[in-house]
Amino acid sequence: MREVKDFHGDFPLLANTMNGKPLVYLDNGATTQKPESVIQAMCGYYGGCNANPHRGAYALSVQATDIYENARVRTQKFINAPKPSEIIFTKNATESLNLIAYSYGLTNVKAGDEIVITIAEHHSNLVPWQQVAQAKGAVLKYIYLEDDGNLSQQDIEEKITEKTKIVAVTQVSNVLGLVNPVTEIAKKAHSVGAIIVVDGSQSVPHMAVDVQAMDADFFAFSGHKLLSPMGIGVLYGKEKLLDAMPPFLTGGDMIEYVTEQHTDFAELPAKFEAGTQNVGGAAGLTAAIDYLENFTFERIESIEKELLDYALPQLRELPYIELYGCDTRKDNKTGIITFNVKDVHPHDVSTILDTEGVAVRAGHHCAQPLMKYLQQNATCRASFYLYNTKKDIDCWIAALKKVRTVMHL
Amino acid sequence: MNLESIYTELIAEQSRNTANKHHLVAPTVTSQGHNPSCGDEITLELEIADGKIKDASFTGVGCAISQASTSMMIDLIKGESVEKAKHLAELFIGMIKREITDDEALEELDEAIALKNISNMPARVKCAVLSWHTLDSALKEK
Ligand SMILES: Cc1ncc(COP(=O)(O)O)c(C=O)c1O
Ligand SMILES: [Zn+2]
Repeated sequence: MREVKDFHGDFPLLANTMNGKPLVYLDNGATTQKPESVIQAMCGYYGGCNANPHRGAYALSVQATDIYENARVRTQKFINAPKPSEIIFTKNATESLNLIAYSYGLTNVKAGDEIVITIAEHHSNLVPWQQVAQAKGAVLKYIYLEDDGNLSQQDIEEKITEKTKIVAVTQVSNVLGLVNPVTEIAKKAHSVGAIIVVDGSQSVPHMAVDVQAMDADFFAFSGHKLLSPMGIGVLYGKEKLLDAMPPFLTGGDMIEYVTEQHTDFAELPAKFEAGTQNVGGAAGLTAAIDYLENFTFERIESIEKELLDYALPQLRELPYIELYGCDTRKDNKTGIITFNVKDVHPHDVSTILDTEGVAVRAGHHCAQPLMKYLQQNATCRASFYLYNTKKDIDCWIAALKKVRTVMHL
Repeated sequence: MNLESIYTELIAEQSRNTANKHHLVAPTVTSQGHNPSCGDEITLELEIADGKIKDASFTGVGCAISQASTSMMIDLIKGESVEKAKHLAELFIGMIKREITDDEALEELDEAIALKNISNMPARVKCAVLSWHTLDSALKEK
């Protein structure tokens, strides 16, 4: 088996320096670096196969169409969706979630209905539902957390009721890094006749996902968080639901027939893919899925777990480090460590780490309601991926130890 | 990038200085400033009478740079005329944008000159200028 340091070489950017120090990239929750094979797939598409898919009757256009449709089939198998036509390409998870909110939500939610989400949602799986609730006079309800950061079991039982039409929940929180029991929540949602929307942005890159096993009605994620280029995202939806929904965007490529006053829309998936799509991104996504499947999720999970087990005890020894979501009573922690350095603002922490070549995220992580709930204005977050090493953790912790001194504390 | 030139003792101290951090009894203008990207939030309170800033204070949360910059700004503008405060804001923002580099011209900024090196850190420029932009809009509202 190849060592971690060997596949480091697959990622050209990781050889870079930042502020004169070797780059220690610990912001994988925001976006991941790309392996050479993904970069080559993008270049290969634009250098050799670029044409507008579905539009030309010439060989090059057919080739572009094949690349695009192959990505759909690869994605379908990757998350075990029943049919390729249930995979809609978007530009990111945010667009996927908006598509569901605007197309399914506005059509099916009525005044007095309830939408249930969790307090740990990213703004992308929160603001669209707020918009739907406001537009329709529906009620937006929240599932809050236990002391250890996990979703309140009582809230899951009590907030999802006969009035609930939509339950929207992230599979893994981008701040706490805890895996939520989506299969169980799906069962609960279905038992009251609601549908469940799962935000897979922070799960798909790190664990094997099976949308049928979890019985998700909709499932959204971004390619760029799993080694793919930016600008390609995925929405999976059950055929029956997608078929009944109105289109989200309209225009070219999503039509069957257009007259002066009327349009017949195309079948799935074209109905939801208006305009020229990101074929280069789809080529990159295929290469990324190849890379990940070859690597195996078993191995990814074990690398991330090892890094967690290596970092957490060291962090707990530093009396000035505060940790969030790191004391889970279930065995459901992923490679995300959210922390603060006492008496130092996260932005100052990240600036100081930056000068040591260490990239972490600081701020509200697009989860302001969660920050408020945790009574924090902001936090720092280190998030791991398959190419991170114990040496990265060493650099990060060594830099953390300097923070308070730099701040004259 | 040299950390010592950013997080100087003065800036670290000023960031924890609470002398100017409170509410005024009778503010005539309050103005809010906010950096959505990093979460710095300040509310500036001014008591202005006869074209003069009689008193000034702030409340809010944020990084060391934004807090220190706000505190030093208040030291500078308290007791000055509105015109002078506007001039200082122009000077400070000019310094950070590197449009005004002449040390003599910047002398009026006193301690706040310590923030000059922030211009080398694009990611943090917003933190330094937040209070001055907030002041600027407060005085425009007047
Ligand atoms: C849980 C979660 N949902 C949604 C998103 C939004 O992803 P994107 O910005 O790629 O649309 C993110 C990424 O920041 C996330 O972590
Ligand atoms: Zn700041």
